[in-house]
Amino acid sequence: MSNSESKNSNTTTIKENKTNSTSKVEELQNQKGRKTVLMQGNEAVAYGALDAGCNFFAGYPITPSTEIAEILAAELPKRGGVFVQMEDELGSICAIIGASLAGAKALTATSGPGFSLMQEGIGFARSTETPCVVVDVQRVGPSTGMPTSCAQGDIQQSRWGTHGDSPAIVLYPDSVKESYELTIRAINLSEKYRTCVILLLDEVLGHMREAVRLPDISNVRVISRIKPTVPPHWYKHYEDNEKYPFPLASFGEGYRFHVTGLTHDALGFPTNKPNEAAEMMARLKKKITYNIRDLVQIESFQMDDAKIAVFAAGITARSAKAAVVMARKEGIPAGLLRPLTIWPFPDDAVRKMLRNVDIVIVPELNQGQLVREIERLVKDRSDSKLIKIQRVDSKLIPPQDILQKIKEGM
Amino acid sequence: MKYPYEIRLSGSGGQGLILAGIILARAAVLENHHVTQTQSYGPESRGGYSYADVIISNEDIYFPEAVSFDCLLALNQESCDKYLFDLRENGILIVDTTFVKNIALVVENTYEVPFTEIAIEKLGSPIPTNIMALAFLVQVTGIVKLASLQQAIEESVKPAFIDLNLRAMRLGVDLAKNYEK
Repeated sequence: MSNSESKNSNTTTIKENKTNSTSKVEELQNQKGRKTVLMQGNEAVAYGALDAGCNFFAGYPITPSTEIAEILAAELPKRGGVFVQMEDELGSICAIIGASLAGAKALTATSGPGFSLMQEGIGFARSTETPCVVVDVQRVGPSTGMPTSCAQGDIQQSRWGTHGDSPAIVLYPDSVKESYELTIRAINLSEKYRTCVILLLDEVLGHMREAVRLPDISNVRVISRIKPTVPPHWYKHYEDNEKYPFPLASFGEGYRFHVTGLTHDALGFPTNKPNEAAEMMARLKKKITYNIRDLVQIESFQMDDAKIAVFAAGITARSAKAAVVMARKEGIPAGLLRPLTIWPFPDDAVRKMLRNVDIVIVPELNQGQLVREIERLVKDRSDSKLIKIQRVDSKLIPPQDILQKIKEGM
Repeated sequence: MKYPYEIRLSGSGGQGLILAGIILARAAVLENHHVTQTQSYGPESRGGYSYADVIISNEDIYFPEAVSFDCLLALNQESCDKYLFDLRENGILIVDTTFVKNIALVVENTYEVPFTEIAIEKLGSPIPTNIMALAFLVQVTGIVKLASLQQAIEESVKPAFIDLNLRAMRLGVDLAKNYEK
């Protein structure tokens, strides 16, 4: 932190992460002298954060996300960034919001119990349109549940966990490599749309190691904040703007704005006027609705001629993919539709799937969270058959179980 | 070699099975294989159950956990009892007879070695048992080259312990070479 520390005060300015420091994946490549390495899911998240320019982490270590904090504690100070171990998750989310308002690219990582505690802060970040990223490596719940075991119980919480009516952007990788890519994307989207973006991981993926071909860092796109060019007295922190990203001043740059969780006007001051409240809510909503194409990412696997589709996300999608490959070997026209963005939900892609297939199978490691959305959309087509596979005993759904349902459906 | 090749390294927490899994996976990455390594363990850092799965393939691996094993290493009785029946036909079973006293299924390719006892006697500590057993497994299965295993060990353990672990590795290889059924 050498030159960024001011001598007479205990405040620290966080330097913009400069691209001249080598990226983490380049460093690995140089170290090992090869392009493919064994990497863990949590490791990939930490490296993705670093390569996206994250320079502030505040968190409270919790299994199965601990490695993310561990790696960033070692790496951030080396790059002029800041790592703070907080007293709890309430403090963690507030610290990253504060750091972001001061100009940092800020991230925290947790698991179910901590994610619950962060919900109020997530709503505050969305309301105050402060970019930040929360990584939730899910484990078995409710409550402290089973720390070292896998579940997908936070899918609906990641959408509706915070009170009030606010938009959510939630990404969900299914491999170590994709964990790296989606962490970068989460940070980019948070900067672009000025909101709290959530990255969901599954315990098995967070802890799993895979052979990963390191990406060419020159192809990695990193979005940074655009600074206002208007004179400070013209600056409106919450000005209505349809272009993303839009200029965002940080505290300490001479621009004045007020930050409150109360419903606020364009300058950030609390308001009780219905028209200003409506404006604010509309602005939050249209970030999502006007940008669905940018936000939604899906993978279609063997879907072109599929008559049976499996809809699955995260680690369960890997069971599903294995099942689809086995089914295809037996000549069964099965396919997989996998959302990489679960919120906003890929309604259009699911509607298209429902038009083309006779049977949809939804496997998930909970008691029916993803399938609620399919049920919402399947009403348009009453003759589609919906098969649910739900498992909550901490084990993954083996591909054979999905294959069996595919065969039963035929 | 038949791919995908599924290996489960099992025992109790603290026996170093996850590290062994990471080393095996890393060795396979050095040989440009597709690899996944997953694990399951209780919340305790010593005792309880623990296993590491390594899948090595020449194509993409979708489901990352071992389902029917081509090779099972069991370092305690409980894990031997629990996972033995998921061993594939003609699969290889390697047990540490220091702790495994009863093998509930007659398996053609069974290797019974008192790994922990030998580690204490020859290396002065039970700690490198994991590497010794892993080296035995690699020699018996031929799943990766010994040179890759050695490099993976060197990359995975702290510098101060490389020598001890390489001695454990050589011991494991020799045990496998001299094993008489």
